[in-house]
Amino acid sequence: MASQTNVLAPPSPPGLLDWMRRNLFSNWFSSILTIVSLTIIYFSLVQAGTWILVTADWRPVKEYPLLYLVGQYPRDQLWRTGLSLWLFTLLIGMSWGVWEKFVKAFAIFLGILLAVLALFPLASETLTTEVRLAVLANPLLIYLGYMLVRKTRIRGQHVALLWMIVSALVVLVILPGFTGNDVLPRVETTVWGGMIVTLILAAGGIVLSFPIGILLALGRRSDLPVVKVVSILFIETIRGVPLITILFMFSIILALFLPVESRIDRLLRALMAMTVFSAAYMAENVRGGLQAVPSGQIEAARSLGLTNFQVTALIVLPQALRAVIPSIVGQFISLFKDTTLVVIVGINDLLGIGKSILSIDPEFVRLQGEVYVFIAAVFWVFSYFMSYASQQIEKALGVGER
Amino acid sequence: MRKLFTLMGIMIIASLVLAACGGASPAPSGDPVTVVETVVVEVPGETVVTQPQGYGTILARVQERGTLVCGGRTDLLGFGFLDDNGNNVGFDIDLCRAVAAAVLGDPTAVEIVPLTAADRGPALQTGEVDLLSRNVTWNTKRDAEWGNFTVTMFYDGQTFIVRNDSGIETLEDMDGATICVTTGTTTEANLASAFADAGLAFESVTFEDTQSVYSAYDEGRCDAATSDASQLAAIRVGLQDPSAHKLLDFTISKEYLTPAVPTGDDQWLDIVKTVMWSLIAAEEFGITSSNVEEMKSSPNGDIRTLLGAEADWGYVQLGLEADALARAITAVGNYGEIYDRYFGASGVFQLDRGPNDLGINGGWLVAPAIK
Amino acid sequence: MYFNFDLSMTVTSQTRQRIPLWRDERLLKATAQIVSSVILLGFFYWVFSNFIELTQQRGISLSYRFLSEPAGFPISESIIDYDPTMSYGRAFLVGVLNTLNVSAIGIFLATVLGFIVGLARLSSNWLFSKIALAYIEFHRNIPLLVLLFLWYFAVFNRLPPVKESIELPGPIYLNLRGLYLSWPRLTETGGIFLALIVAGIIIAIISWIVLTRVRERTGKETHFISISLGALFVFPIIGWFAAGGSPLWVDVPSLEGFNFSGGLRLTPEFAAMLVGLTTYTAAFIAEVIRSGIQAVNRGQTEAAKALGLKNSYVLGFVVIPQAMRVIVPPLISQYLNLTKNSSLALAIGYQDLFAVGKVTINQAGRAVPVFIMVMATYLALSLFTSFILNFYNRRIQLVER
Repeated sequence: MASQTNVLAPPSPPGLLDWMRRNLFSNWFSSILTIVSLTIIYFSLVQAGTWILVTADWRPVKEYPLLYLVGQYPRDQLWRTGLSLWLFTLLIGMSWGVWEKFVKAFAIFLGILLAVLALFPLASETLTTEVRLAVLANPLLIYLGYMLVRKTRIRGQHVALLWMIVSALVVLVILPGFTGNDVLPRVETTVWGGMIVTLILAAGGIVLSFPIGILLALGRRSDLPVVKVVSILFIETIRGVPLITILFMFSIILALFLPVESRIDRLLRALMAMTVFSAAYMAENVRGGLQAVPSGQIEAARSLGLTNFQVTALIVLPQALRAVIPSIVGQFISLFKDTTLVVIVGINDLLGIGKSILSIDPEFVRLQGEVYVFIAAVFWVFSYFMSYASQQIEKALGVGER
Repeated sequence: MRKLFTLMGIMIIASLVLAACGGASPAPSGDPVTVVETVVVEVPGETVVTQPQGYGTILARVQERGTLVCGGRTDLLGFGFLDDNGNNVGFDIDLCRAVAAAVLGDPTAVEIVPLTAADRGPALQTGEVDLLSRNVTWNTKRDAEWGNFTVTMFYDGQTFIVRNDSGIETLEDMDGATICVTTGTTTEANLASAFADAGLAFESVTFEDTQSVYSAYDEGRCDAATSDASQLAAIRVGLQDPSAHKLLDFTISKEYLTPAVPTGDDQWLDIVKTVMWSLIAAEEFGITSSNVEEMKSSPNGDIRTLLGAEADWGYVQLGLEADALARAITAVGNYGEIYDRYFGASGVFQLDRGPNDLGINGGWLVAPAIK
Repeated sequence: MYFNFDLSMTVTSQTRQRIPLWRDERLLKATAQIVSSVILLGFFYWVFSNFIELTQQRGISLSYRFLSEPAGFPISESIIDYDPTMSYGRAFLVGVLNTLNVSAIGIFLATVLGFIVGLARLSSNWLFSKIALAYIEFHRNIPLLVLLFLWYFAVFNRLPPVKESIELPGPIYLNLRGLYLSWPRLTETGGIFLALIVAGIIIAIISWIVLTRVRERTGKETHFISISLGALFVFPIIGWFAAGGSPLWVDVPSLEGFNFSGGLRLTPEFAAMLVGLTTYTAAFIAEVIRSGIQAVNRGQTEAAKALGLKNSYVLGFVVIPQAMRVIVPPLISQYLNLTKNSSLALAIGYQDLFAVGKVTINQAGRAVPVFIMVMATYLALSLFTSFILNFYNRRIQLVER
């Protein structure tokens, strides 16, 4: 029979006290840091909390929710913005179904955000029940899109094509409308404002800069001196100047270089500026990706007899782009934040609307902090979740792993 | 190879797209200074008059487009701002609506393009806007460079707003003071030259947008702010304690606020001028927006002509309809009505008519004779 | 035998076969170059002919002669003398100096703050590293323009008015009109003092370099730290006495009339710009530093600790020098970003290069020449900064096979 030896019980899993001892009070310096940190946290939370809940006057934010969302878009035509949002959420749901690992985090975040927006307990005369219901329909549409793709045989190419069609439809047809039309009366881009403008500039900028950036990156690697020099000049010049000068160039200087009496929409000018700016940075990203493709791939493709064009389009680009998707998402996030600069050239994006709301009521002069904190919060929420989604994408792609 | 062709193809397409964006094709070059292309304007029943090229282009453009593109602002109470429903209203906006009513028959067929102070000139130079009605000061340099100025509709001067308890009464009291001003305006330049001429020094705080200028003043960042007296009066309403501020009673410049049109089209210039004059003349004659119809049969022949009931006040040559001016007056009222709407007893703030009264009442507003 | 085809015929027919003209790579390449040049040049020609036509029609002139005309507009602050009667060229120079001023100080402060936050992020104290994380995440996800507005309109514009300034020991006055510091200034005898300070710095640097080299080569202890620091302090002390008493006098700000005079003054616009740029860029620099330090092999730290080196030595002599290789390239791009971001000064009233350019365009009407000047200056700044820093970067990179 085995003798009863004294077996020591295994050590209990580290409790809270143990964890605190290790992480917070490991030595005298760390203890001081802990005390300092606690005081910092306490004071900032108390100050911020009292300010947000007690002293701040949130009227500029509470009373004009629609202005932040759609700017001065005619209130009787808001069904068009609602419809556009529905179309996009449906497409996001479908994208989730088709490219699950890439889009899932973002789609869920968007659904939750819209649901919160719809149900937010804010008493406002513009946020009527119909508006709330219309916004609430969006998370349902996301889910509907997801199920639609799961049940039918819609594939990636179809969804991509649908994205292009719907985007063109919304931006060129539904939102602006036509003069003299009764169903879709003309709404000039000068009255668009708020989130619509921010989203159009950011999303439009990235999407449109994508092909241009790829072309520039390829052009930079080209053997033809003319193309190479022009590409390098373009990329280095755009990257070496601030975005505000490019916006300025497009909104004021560009008009001097086009045929007399041509009139390009102001929003379009800003969009072109964002596109050009983003294209230069996209070109550098793609160039990094192109360099990451092992030359063995190109040699193997050539030995199989593929032409230059086929090698680039079928072998090199797919691998290069896959490697740079995380940095493209990062670029989208910073372009999204950079859209705030258009307030300097007179376009009413979210920040611009915030500034003009401050001049509506004389009492709002003191309330600048509230408005800017609100706008900062909106941007923060969007950026944080987009970078979270980007991390998910990186994990899904297995980037950085062997 | 293929990627090169793709590049070339895209550049060709881009060039074509950019070319297509232009409306009229570029005029044949040559020496634009001496050779002037002429356009023959057929006016039925009249002698054929040859006009310089450009004549009639803006009217045609506006009518084809169906809206009048007006450069304005949305951030100055009284002159160009948004009402509670987000509609553009204001003194300058109403002038645009008058022109739209005259030319297109619909005072709401107006697209207001909000412009910052720095954008005004280029917007007019490139023809982006058909009419610039944004309390723009008329001076010779701008007339030479930006476009053609029409009729001064608001006579104003530049002055300062200070706190009542600052003890400032004259320019000399402001030696060494900090003054807030909007950048890129004549205001800034006038401020500098006024102080330089008087041998005084000051410190400037400048911003791009008006709202920042005045909130900085309100917070106490500056001892004074300077702008046109009418703008300061508008701003004072929006300060935290309007009664604690006062406007100084001297002006340091002439600020004749005048709508402007792009250069090169005399017909459009005449159209806008005539509409402006009609608003002034309407007040002289006692025509209001409500009695236009009955005034059409007034015993006064000039009134009947103005409203298009008989004879030609010039509309034939200008390509308008006979009752264009009547439509304008019906849409926005006469000058006095427009003024009172924003600066009268029921306006957003009160301003004395002062020089902005009819010449027959001792002010500076005059209109030439009709016909 | 059924192999009756003539091999020699096949071979000769292959060598005699010429590539048809339309597939000859060299000819196609040459043609492509010509065609692309023609298209590009044609495009530029079309653009420029439009431009010339517009300028002639509207009477917009293109010369740079306006640079010598009086500017006529005030600039709120400048390092060199300026008043509105000076030329546009002078105003432009003031703008450039303002940009350089805020960028240089911003780069320095952001690096320091970024290092601190980056190291804090890696601290073993959980709470402290979470605070650093909160700081980084906050600043990385909001736009810089919003941050600048917050700092300027919600903080600096809410300071008490001049008559009720916050007084800090110094005396330092903080109010709505700016931050006024008591600042030492040189008297007539200050020149000697300054010269000896400079001499002290130079000697300290030289002795540091020389003594370090000697130490490495001979292995003998040369006490290079104490000697260099000693030189740094001894020379100014000699200079103090050589200058005969007090080469410095303290300029104390005092309230006169509307404003304080004397002392060193930082306007709220400059302060907000500096604080905004610094805190924003520091968050990004902190991330760069964190990833750089984490990129250093853990084995290095472990080996250094096994050798008995103190924590500060491990960090200072082993980890950070190796981390610098990874840190410097992204650090360069952050510095460039800071310089470019200084152009946002326009929005809060600090007149940097871009703001002055915009005012010049509006007052002088010469949009294109001024714009070219502004763009060229920014390009020059970017290229210069990246050139200098790339020089340092190349020196510290590993030479790999």
